Amino acid sequence: MTTQEWKFTAKDIALKPDIFLPGHRACAGCGPANVLRMVMKATRGPTIVTEATGCMEVVSSIYPYTSWSVPWLHTAFETAAANASGIEAALKILKKKGKVKQDHVDVIAFAGDGGTYDIGIQALSGAVERGHDFLFILYDNEGYMNTGIQRSGGTPMGAATTTTPAGTVMLGKLQHKKPITDIMVAHEMEYVATATPYYWRDMLQKVRKGLEVEGPAFLHIFAPCPRGWRSDPAKTIEYTKLAVESCVFPVYEVVKGKYELSTPSKLIALAPQKKKPVTEYLKGQGRYRHLFTPQGKHVVDEIQRWTDDRWAKLQKKVEQTA
Amino acid sequence: MTKTKIAKAAKVDANAKVDANAKVDANAKVDAKQEMMAFNGDEAVAYAVKQSDVDVVAAYPITPQTIIVEKYSEYVANGEVLTEFICTESEHSAMAACIAASATGARTFTASASAGLALMHEMLFVASGCRTPIVMAVANRALSAPLNINGDQSDSMAQRDAGWIHIYVENAQEAYDTILQAFRIAEHVDVQLPVIVGLDGFIVSHTLENVDVLLDDAVKAFVGERILPNVVTHEGKTVPFKLDPDNPMTMGPIALPNYYFEFKRQQEEAMKNALKVIQQVHDEYAKVTGRSYGNALIEAYKLDDAEIAVVCVGSAAGTAKDVVDELRSEGVKAGLLRLRTFRPFPADEVKNSLQNVKAVAVMDKSMSFGGNGGAVLHEVRHAMYDATARPLIVDYIYGLGGRDTNPKDIKKVFNDLHTIAHNNRIGKLVNYVGLRE
Repeated sequence: MTTQEWKFTAKDIALKPDIFLPGHRACAGCGPANVLRMVMKATRGPTIVTEATGCMEVVSSIYPYTSWSVPWLHTAFETAAANASGIEAALKILKKKGKVKQDHVDVIAFAGDGGTYDIGIQALSGAVERGHDFLFILYDNEGYMNTGIQRSGGTPMGAATTTTPAGTVMLGKLQHKKPITDIMVAHEMEYVATATPYYWRDMLQKVRKGLEVEGPAFLHIFAPCPRGWRSDPAKTIEYTKLAVESCVFPVYEVVKGKYELSTPSKLIALAPQKKKPVTEYLKGQGRYRHLFTPQGKHVVDEIQRWTDDRWAKLQKKVEQTA
Repeated sequence: MTKTKIAKAAKVDANAKVDANAKVDANAKVDAKQEMMAFNGDEAVAYAVKQSDVDVVAAYPITPQTIIVEKYSEYVANGEVLTEFICTESEHSAMAACIAASATGARTFTASASAGLALMHEMLFVASGCRTPIVMAVANRALSAPLNINGDQSDSMAQRDAGWIHIYVENAQEAYDTILQAFRIAEHVDVQLPVIVGLDGFIVSHTLENVDVLLDDAVKAFVGERILPNVVTHEGKTVPFKLDPDNPMTMGPIALPNYYFEFKRQQEEAMKNALKVIQQVHDEYAKVTGRSYGNALIEAYKLDDAEIAVVCVGSAAGTAKDVVDELRSEGVKAGLLRLRTFRPFPADEVKNSLQNVKAVAVMDKSMSFGGNGGAVLHEVRHAMYDATARPLIVDYIYGLGGRDTNPKDIKKVFNDLHTIAHNNRIGKLVNYVGLRE
């Protein structure tokens, strides 16, 4: 099936019944809740979902209620990929033994940045190495928001969290974000991609592509948290546009090792003058407020330098693997 | 969110009929013909798993259980079993994968020991809380530090409150027999709890013995297919309890203070049910094979008129039985109580079998540091509080880190008991066997 045939038009999406149902307890302007609702619109048939402990697990499954109209399993924080392994293995053998009716059941594992970059990375790496057929979706809100905004391996430099507060000698997190997508690409998996909900059609197409891969696929979705970012809940989606426009979060695909920029990022590569400075993205987010001071300037400069460097390296990878 | 979205995922509908196709026919004629094999404990476990038509095995190697997964890998590689074998990157993931596979409807097995079991700790609670009837063989081994690969029971004793059924075996034959029973116990609709079958590291896991095994068809008839209990979904449908796209179910939810407690109470009820089910399954197996182990919960050896008795768990019972025989030949009224089932704890059986004994020595192959004795002592003494006559009870910590406990050591314990019974008072509550001090 080609990309064109998917017909992810606004009308198609609106008409498709929700799988992630309303009534969950997510905050106003929650990025991940938006992402989950949209992602589930891109599923193609019978699907089982497993989630790591985290915001989305907690807001969607408060017993005796559920927001899930597909089978759903949660076991622990670090286990999303291990769960997916078990579900996939069980489906495979039970199908062989005639105990599963469906021709195929897709398995999706959702985890936040904590459950992916940090505590869940071992299980993820193992499951990908073993080649289980599942799509792992990282909803990255750049911190342990569920436990009250602590830093994770996915928290960017300079961001204030409750464990990297903006103090007088330390200005938020000292380290840059862990390059999780590169780490997954290094597993030589068939499909790795990044997406943001502003470019929703691009995101949904990537979900579908990830599901169609026979084997593990990894999708990194940028999903702001207004509570953790101290940002305006009304601007959640806007930030996922600015992150792409400033190249803080470029959108791209790596298919069988071949890098390709997705259209929004490709347009910036073709017209570099369109690339916005990181300050356009940082300003307005309370977590970076302390950087817009004379003593914070060097951190902003470093964020810009790092962003430019990462963007240049990404474009080089696109050239090298073309 | 409307009230129609209520998910009673964990509520078992007691009135719903179990799928007849999946039911084990207790009256079916079983060919009880058996073959004798030379197996060590680990091989006996692997062979029993092979015969039990297990769908998913997810495991990680650790001494002294490694032979189980190695042997099973051979069965998989040679097409002798229809199993998805997941060689995970850690025990933690092994248990997570087992829970997920079991939740998807698969019969699931794993094996572990020591540090591996400790790494699983978090997931053991999830397994019992999700009511996934996983069977796990634990080749009991000491915990670090210092690092030690030899046998003691510190690993599984440290997991006693994780909501699993614990059955400890004495030898390779019992390991084989108990694994077959374990699937029936775990998957019983009134139980739906995971089971640990403990076999002493090296002493049982690596010692070659003659093991009588049933033929494949007989095992198939005895173990049967996995039974899925019926539950009521949030849509009000009564369906088998598993992740099924046709009947969506939310499993492993978050439960706040308004519901969590009831989940835990249901697990306790299942444990109570397990006391009966363990005996039923054991008795049924005894009819087929002619082999039985006490009443499945405890094995009383020459206890009826005993004045002094030892209580132990696992392979030490074999040595202790020889010592009891020797003492009996000398006219000493010695006896032995082997605890086969440790969780659920058979308090009534223990009380009834020990209340006429004058002095009892509990043997603990693990320590509860600062706890005034080991786990077995605590349980036994607790059970004896309600007895009409309470024996004098002392604890003997033995065999830690694989230290050998021989008949002479156990004879000394009985000698001590003789003195305790004669003086009608205990010396030290906690004692150590074969320790330099």
